[in-house]
Amino acid sequence: MAEEVKKIMFTVRKAPHGSIYVYEGLEVKLIMAAYDADISVVFMDDGVFAVKQGQDTKPLGIKGFEATYGALVDYEITKVFVDRQSMEERGMTEEDLLVIGEDEDTEEPIKPQVVGSDEIAAMMAEQHNILSF
Amino acid sequence: MLHTVNKSPFQNTTLESCIRFVRPGDVILLLEDGVLAAQAGSAKSALLEEAMGKCEIYALEADLKARALKELVPGVKTTDYSGFVDLVEQHTTHSWL
Amino acid sequence: MKLAVCIYEGPYNHEAADSAYNFIQAAIQKGHEIKGIFFYHDGVYNVTKLMEPPQDDRHIANRWSAIGASGIDIVVCIAAAKRRGIVDEVLVPNVRISGLGQLTMMAIEADRLVVFGD
Repeated sequence: MAEEVKKIMFTVRKAPHGSIYVYEGLEVKLIMAAYDADISVVFMDDGVFAVKQGQDTKPLGIKGFEATYGALVDYEITKVFVDRQSMEERGMTEEDLLVIGEDEDTEEPIKPQVVGSDEIAAMMAEQHNILSF
Repeated sequence: MLHTVNKSPFQNTTLESCIRFVRPGDVILLLEDGVLAAQAGSAKSALLEEAMGKCEIYALEADLKARALKELVPGVKTTDYSGFVDLVEQHTTHSWL
Repeated sequence: MKLAVCIYEGPYNHEAADSAYNFIQAAIQKGHEIKGIFFYHDGVYNVTKLMEPPQDDRHIANRWSAIGASGIDIVVCIAAAKRRGIVDEVLVPNVRISGLGQLTMMAIEADRLVVFGD
């Protein structure tokens, strides 16, 4: 009997650009996506700023990652969630979220799913392991 | 779930966020600067008093001792690294970094 | 139980390396199998032999090296290391540089993964 695929969650709670955690954390997600694991990503607290659209890091002179986040679905990372309360507390709405890919059939843009804390807590409880960035 | 918190509640809101996602039966372990939340009678002790309604709260002894914290919020349990390992054995862990 | 540990912060600057070390020592004493220790972000600075702390303080790199000598796999992330000028030549013995695939395997194969960082 085949072993069950392990659920691995990434929580992103740090703000982007002020430190490298979000950037290097994204590198881990892209590598892990190539393995046989059931990956999910949750943006909460200041991490919600990592999925805000329109980030321009050129004036800073640093390599941004908005384009890579825009291709998460291409990497088969489709379980992407944003904590509603974190988003609202920071004056963001669903319209502010960046697109992470498009639907294969309809070509409709896909955005992270906005969910409540109870739902996230329930998902956390189902994980094999959780990595935080 | 075991939730580890290593941030002072006087400096950021990590502990508050953690408590928002805690489910009944979960455990919070305070370590490093996180143990500052365990000080009795502080402006932040209500956070733990409220959380205790739904989960167990531990503070790491070595970190308490290093910071001379002796009077703890009633109900907060202490543990050593061996107890930390036991908690990890019993629960999947999320580090609230 | 199979445990894995990931460390994000450099030595001395942050308590993460000490917490992780004390946790691992306790886990070994209790008879758990340490599947691996992975250094990421500034954590890659933990295992450079160039560090020379005062004699009356702990030597963090040598401490990790001793754990590695006991047969525990200690991995430094190659991408994070390259960015920070950490190469094979500066590493203490009993640790190795490898890719994020190693962290992936630890996350999948270990029963528990514990992250220490800031």
